[in-house]
Amino acid sequence: MQDEVRNKKYNSYVEAKIAKTHAWPSLFNAFWVGGLICVFGQVCNDLILMWFPSISTQSAWAYTLIIIIFIAALLTGLGVFDKIGAFAGAGTIVPITGFSNSITSPALDFKNEGIIFGMCAKMFIIAGPVIVSGTVASMIVGIIYLFV
Amino acid sequence: MNDWYVYLIVFLTGGTICFIGQILVIKTKMTTARILVTFVLLGVFLQAVGLFDAISQFCKAGINVPIIGFGASLAKGAINAVKSSGILGIFTGGLSACAGGIAAAIFFAFIFGIIFKAKTKKM
Repeated sequence: MQDEVRNKKYNSYVEAKIAKTHAWPSLFNAFWVGGLICVFGQVCNDLILMWFPSISTQSAWAYTLIIIIFIAALLTGLGVFDKIGAFAGAGTIVPITGFSNSITSPALDFKNEGIIFGMCAKMFIIAGPVIVSGTVASMIVGIIYLFV
Repeated sequence: MNDWYVYLIVFLTGGTICFIGQILVIKTKMTTARILVTFVLLGVFLQAVGLFDAISQFCKAGINVPIIGFGASLAKGAINAVKSSGILGIFTGGLSACAGGIAAAIFFAFIFGIIFKAKTKKM
């Protein structure tokens, strides 16, 4: 009982401390950084379609995403991504850059535990749930479409 | 349609999705993994109910670059593969549609993981 009261007090204390993490500026930063990343993707996509008109829309998107993934991984390696991420929050997490960063970042962090069990295994510590849930959900959709 | 108009729409829609993501970060204190999972599942759902293509026509990169597009192409791959090759499509469709992105992310992470050292976070 006493613990509960204490925990509640502590939580509200933490809340009071955390809630001041400048909600509005961070929302604004997430908005414009995320928007700019999407515009960059659109520019890439348009350029690819302009230079290689024979390519299908699907492949053009694949190339675009691969380019963005490459840049995000490189920036993560250089240590720049963390700074942008701290500034923009979800603005860098929600675009595909976040997916790329979520694989490269643990790869770097766990490198000192060895290449196989450190880097290769821990790479998926964040991206694993994404791939698993996405794959399972897409298979459920596939099963539904098989019968509909 | 004017080109600049398209980029404006991309900026506004992509920004709005990230804005919603940031609200989730602030309100629910979700971690990166949970946010990514939520948006991937949203993408799968939008594709499954057939809304995604219409949204994609309008938003273009605004919805394809956010991880929602990743979920949508998983679901789209599964749907198309089921139509063309039946039961096997359930297993092959989703991942093969996203293979490029996943393989690229793994490959670049491996290469840059080898090349670079982890930066010690400065306080």
